[in-house]
Amino acid sequence: MSEKPQLIDKKGLRVDGRKLDELRPIELTVGSVDNADGSAYIEQGKNKIVAAVYGPRETHPRHLAQPDKAVLRCRYHMAPFSVEERKSPAPSRREMELSKVIREALEPSIFLEQYPRTSIDLFIEVLQADGGTRCASVTAASLALADAGIPMRDLTVACASGKVDGKIALDLNDTEDKEGEADVPVSLMPNLDVITLLQMDGMLTPKEFEEALSLAIDGCNRIYALQKEALKTKYIAIEEELE
Amino acid sequence: MPTLYENKQLVTPGDLLAEGDYIASDNTYKEGDRIYASRLGLVNYERRKVYVVALSAFYVPVVGDLVIGKVVELNTGGWTVDINAPYLAMLRASDVLSRFKPQRDDLSRFFDIGDFIMATVVACDRTRDPLLTVREKGLGKVNRGQVVKITPTKIPRVIGRKGSMIGMLKNETGCNITVGQNGLILAEGRTPSDERLAIMAIRKIEMESHTSGLTNRVTEMIRKQKEGEARIE
Repeated sequence: MSEKPQLIDKKGLRVDGRKLDELRPIELTVGSVDNADGSAYIEQGKNKIVAAVYGPRETHPRHLAQPDKAVLRCRYHMAPFSVEERKSPAPSRREMELSKVIREALEPSIFLEQYPRTSIDLFIEVLQADGGTRCASVTAASLALADAGIPMRDLTVACASGKVDGKIALDLNDTEDKEGEADVPVSLMPNLDVITLLQMDGMLTPKEFEEALSLAIDGCNRIYALQKEALKTKYIAIEEELE
Repeated sequence: MPTLYENKQLVTPGDLLAEGDYIASDNTYKEGDRIYASRLGLVNYERRKVYVVALSAFYVPVVGDLVIGKVVELNTGGWTVDINAPYLAMLRASDVLSRFKPQRDDLSRFFDIGDFIMATVVACDRTRDPLLTVREKGLGKVNRGQVVKITPTKIPRVIGRKGSMIGMLKNETGCNITVGQNGLILAEGRTPSDERLAIMAIRKIEMESHTSGLTNRVTEMIRKQKEGEARIE
């Protein structure tokens, strides 16, 4: 086995030149899929992810419909070319798990009980993956839901933190995720101060965990500001054009 | 008891709009004494009422609404109609025929799959799909004209204050325009180019619905277009 690469250099910078509490550059676009009722596209570092929402609409197959609320159905899928070694396009165990956790991260933000017997279908397509795709997916999916005009309690935003070379760092990329000691994805509804997803992969002391959690929440709040801006951009652009 | 934004300011879901003794109206929700936005839109404060004019939403049927829909299915007892809502609507055969017998009457003679119909919603609640009727004056099959679909929340903007916008559209384009509450709009003109002009204007209204001085800008656009066409002829 090859030797473990050095993840933090002498200056305290990470493999991609970031500081410990620095996010990767994030770009958000709302309304990127014309055929969908709502959509969003996120680029977070080398991650490229499209989220599209259809609905609320009639549930097919019918027996899945709930008489008292809408059902949220979520499909997280990685394109075969999204990673270095070809990924089989069939849904893997990991993709099924991520579909589930992303759905559960978003469900509390939506007023599902207002639209009984319908379904809201959410499709997340990862075009290029570089670590932290579940968090980027949640961020994009929440924007797509807002773009579809689905009533929500708050936007949901997600960000991970973790431990690399013994230090707590924000928004791990693929190398840091694989070679590092721990990864803590957190999803948050910032205005309501509610955590909707919290996972941990690896080992942390309780103190380190608390530090990682508060760093991830800090990252979430920073992404939240970008999210709100992305939603408004389309409309502000039209307004400015007229002036 | 503060309100936290100015009137007509753009807000996103989750934004805290007001705290204290206020009433949460459209596209907002209340938790304790705090009112939050539930959709992207323009916030409005009217005395104690707080509401958001959504910029993107879907149509939810309300009893009494005039809607334009497309027939998608013929059943033994009636038609299934797509009214651009989360639920498919039903139109009963007995609504059109006084003595309906499934073994004798061919429903496709009245409305066939793909036909557009104008109807009003007579029943709709949480447990039942919406039920339509065409038994009123002016309702039934759409025989001519063009149908455009826009975001349903922008319908009030197409109509304008006391019908100012729609009146202007009718005058300037010479089209008869029927607005369905579900976001479908029918434009019937003397020529297809009149209808195209009306549709262009409606699209402009949809795009710029959140800006002010819209009626004047749309009038201007229609006049310019008409001048352009006259010159080509």
